[in-house]
Amino acid sequence: MDLKLLDAEPTLEEREAVDAAIGAPTSAWDGGERGTHRDAHTALGGASVRNRRHELVPALQSLQARVGWISEGGLGYVCERLGVPPADAWGVATFYALLATTPRPRRVLHVCSDIACARKAHGVELALEASVGPPISGAPSGDSIILGDDEAAWMHSPCLGMCDMAPAALLTVAGETPVERLCGNITPDRASGLLARRRVRSTSADILYVEQRLATTTPYATVPDSSASAPIPQLGDPSLVLLKRVGVVDPTSLESYRAAGGFEALQRALEMGAEAVVAEVSASKLVGRGGAAFPTGRKWEAVRTQPAQPHYLVCNADESEPGTFKDRLLMTHDPFAIVESMTIASFAAGCSRAYLYVRAEYPLAYERIANAIARCRDAGVFPSGFDIELRRGAGAYICGEETALFESIEGKRGEPRSKPPFPVNSGLFGKPTVVNNVETLANVIPILLMGGTEYAKIGTAGSTGTRLFCLSGAVRKPGVYEVPCGTSLRSLLELAEVREMSALLLGGAAGNFLRPDEIDVELSMEGARAANATLGSGVVLAFDEQTDLHHVVRRIAGFFRDESCGQCVPCRVGTVRQEESLHRLAHGRPIGGVAGELALLEEVGVAMRDASICGLGQTAYAAVESAIKRLRLYEGMA
Amino acid sequence: MTSAIAPLVQLGRPDRTPKKMVSLTIDGHGLEVPEGTTILGACASLDIEIPTLCYLETLRPVNVCRLCVVEVEGARVLAPACSRLVEPDMTVHTASPRVRHSRKLVLELLASSVDLSTTAGMTELLESYDCRPERYGPPAPPAANRDAAIPGHHAAPDPAFAATVAQPVKIDNELYVRDYTKCVLCYKCVEACGPDHQNTFAIAVAGRGFDARISTELAVPLPDSACVYCGNCIAVCPTGALMAKDEHDLRAAGSWDPSSQQVTDTICPYCGVGCTLTLHVQDGDIVKATSPLENSITLGNLCVKGRFGWRFVQNRSAPRA
Ligand SMILES: Cc1cc2nc3c(=O)[nH]c(=O)nc-3n(C[C@H](O)[C@H](O)[C@H](O)COP(=O)(O)O)c2cc1C
Ligand code: SF4
Ligand code: SF4
Ligand code: SF4
Ligand code: FES
Ligand code: FES
Repeated sequence: MDLKLLDAEPTLEEREAVDAAIGAPTSAWDGGERGTHRDAHTALGGASVRNRRHELVPALQSLQARVGWISEGGLGYVCERLGVPPADAWGVATFYALLATTPRPRRVLHVCSDIACARKAHGVELALEASVGPPISGAPSGDSIILGDDEAAWMHSPCLGMCDMAPAALLTVAGETPVERLCGNITPDRASGLLARRRVRSTSADILYVEQRLATTTPYATVPDSSASAPIPQLGDPSLVLLKRVGVVDPTSLESYRAAGGFEALQRALEMGAEAVVAEVSASKLVGRGGAAFPTGRKWEAVRTQPAQPHYLVCNADESEPGTFKDRLLMTHDPFAIVESMTIASFAAGCSRAYLYVRAEYPLAYERIANAIARCRDAGVFPSGFDIELRRGAGAYICGEETALFESIEGKRGEPRSKPPFPVNSGLFGKPTVVNNVETLANVIPILLMGGTEYAKIGTAGSTGTRLFCLSGAVRKPGVYEVPCGTSLRSLLELAEVREMSALLLGGAAGNFLRPDEIDVELSMEGARAANATLGSGVVLAFDEQTDLHHVVRRIAGFFRDESCGQCVPCRVGTVRQEESLHRLAHGRPIGGVAGELALLEEVGVAMRDASICGLGQTAYAAVESAIKRLRLYEGMA
Repeated sequence: MTSAIAPLVQLGRPDRTPKKMVSLTIDGHGLEVPEGTTILGACASLDIEIPTLCYLETLRPVNVCRLCVVEVEGARVLAPACSRLVEPDMTVHTASPRVRHSRKLVLELLASSVDLSTTAGMTELLESYDCRPERYGPPAPPAANRDAAIPGHHAAPDPAFAATVAQPVKIDNELYVRDYTKCVLCYKCVEACGPDHQNTFAIAVAGRGFDARISTELAVPLPDSACVYCGNCIAVCPTGALMAKDEHDLRAAGSWDPSSQQVTDTICPYCGVGCTLTLHVQDGDIVKATSPLENSITLGNLCVKGRFGWRFVQNRSAPRA
């Protein structure tokens, strides 16, 4: 392919950033120095360059982390190195929220304005408006904007997966040693301090929880506040299965994990053989915890028996469903278990390579998993020929959808594919692929240790095992809870010491609202189905009497509008029309009266559900519908 | 871009490998079609018409517009007829209330946000589905610059208006005009410019959600992009968002009149490939050059010379010595 490249030259810093991510160029053919003897006599390119397409996003991420945005020169250099047409790369760069394609200060605070944080973050936002100015919400105006190194900015962010420590914020500082810090329990003073590089001394009323990458110069530090001193509220409970090592083992130490019984399941799996492992998982009746509840054993068996090679395993750690933070907890506090589970799953389905795709907003989880992979590799834990590659998201909820995730790993825009073909037939790089959620995989270890049939005795007949639930909002003890499937929602809420509440959101933004009198629903698939609800990703977000539920519903609609990939008409335009309708209701300017507006919402909602390509559009009306029909939120409105 | 579901149809190069036959039922009619046929193809053999917008015989289906959805019994959601392959014993409904509802909404959502005035057949389609795009509110005025949107952020909706993609027309070269107020984001131009035909990759989809748009890198004007002005994107654009400048100017002057145009097939005089050229002549002037989609050599494509290089024919100024 003959590329027309961009004219602008990269800066030295940009060149270094790209080379750090994808290696230095080897010849003039891929952006290196001209004139070596070899260059003049060989043509390099074609497939060898096209096969590097999957390095596009890491290269762009490296530019972002180093310089704070992707300039024309930087983009051009990436295109030259990887043989990607500039327009194509531009399409990718402009897809992801954490990649900036216009000048942006190096220091940016992303303040969560999502469901659990919105009200609590209000003071923070006011303080930032006063000290730094309005949030970034579009490209800066003016042609050339020169930014000083000390400049800072802030912007709104969707759910950061820290709802149990609301309000949350993510600090990103671009530079030679980039800083990424995920902070919970932020205060107005602390937020301004983070941005101003001012040291704010902690007082008992001003303590925040920080998760930061080790790679930065300052060592990783967790400053737990009173509620977060134990990573989980159930610490020490002997009935824990998935969480039993959380807060007990040293998450950075392979020895500590091994001492806690680590790698026994893998050992057993290797002895049993792939077929037997799949049989155990099938016998356990484990179903996916990522939202779709597909039988895991069936998925593995389908890939195991595929003649096409190689097979891939993808661990879906994109966890961006508002209200969800269970996978972050598992990866941060028990990373070796995730690596072990991925190894077992790969062995069972015959995958020679596995990927773990973690959302960019989880710096510490990324760090811990990277460490665990490296330690396991060094210690020879992996079967020969097997390896795990870690990839990071770049700010896109849709990349949690399995086929969008494949596109993202392949270096493209995160646009979901049409199914069929299904991933087990044609997934990552067009090969048979197992894709599983982090929590799903975590179940594999107890299944192998206790045996599939024994595992299936936990929970109900239709929903086996335990499940993780993410409790936040109007509860005194927010956090991740593990209970057997079939536990009643009421007893879960009691565990978390729920306060007076006006409603709750079950299953996330793609789930449903429930009334306080509906909490006797049984937390199993069949129980949820009977209650016309879904467990989704295990979100249980309780709202107190002071919460403006109308605002919450509008926020959910806004979330789907922001996160729609934009491919298909029902979702791309439908999410806009849905949000507009809710805003007209809020402004007391409904078209055709409240009844007319609700009818319109229903019509749009049904089309989104029926005709959208993927689960995002198909569920974009779910929560809104439940607010209308279950909470009767709009009844009696003029 | 989504991966292909149905194989790219190479017109003029029929696939002669023997196929298993698949029997299915469409709207109560039983039929047998070769394995690998799309539901759309099966419907065609029954003369059941399915509206399409992002589908074209010469491009890989992207199945994004969702206008062609049909109901497959037993499936949770509707299926795109243009790309879903037939399966044994499938029962398909192409005009059920569910199907008609989604098609109507797709049409309304588009018509309320996009200028469909030059989309062929759209007036009839909107009528046949009883569409009332005005029920979403008055269309919002044009945005100054839709290329500046950043992903994951949008301004709170204005309760007085329904958002639109309206924006200034992009006229940055002598050959063709990009009026993205008319763009339905069918991806056809991107496919034609990219892997399906031209392999120039001058344009791509940028941004996401409602802010998604067809763009060159950094939204630079076409002359600064990789564009080679083959016009193959114009040839596949169903909405007139991409339009040759001559046609655009004639329309602006109110003198574009397809009914008076004489259409003649000839062979492009420039090179030895011998592409079939279809000349559209109005009042004695060539006003447009296309190539037939079903032509096995061009598949509707031309190069800059065939597409735009015929002005010398009607250059009436005295030849230079
Ligand atoms: C819009 C959307 C977002 C999703 N996000 C996630 C996610 O963050 N994590 C996840 O595991 N699954 C997510 N899923 C579900 C995946 O597509 C897929 O079903 C899942 O990863 C399969 O793993 P499981 O069988 O272990 O649940 C999402 C689905 C949709 C439609
Ligand atoms: S439903 Fe939404 S997110 Fe999914 S493919 Fe369509 S536009 Fe993209
Ligand atoms: S004219 Fe040709 S090269 Fe230019 S954008 Fe259209 S298809 Fe691509
Ligand atoms: S410009 Fe035309 S061909 Fe391209 S996406 Fe828009 S409507 Fe489709
Ligand atoms: S972290 Fe703010 S809503 Fe989840
Ligand atoms: S024509 Fe089938 S989805 Fe567009």
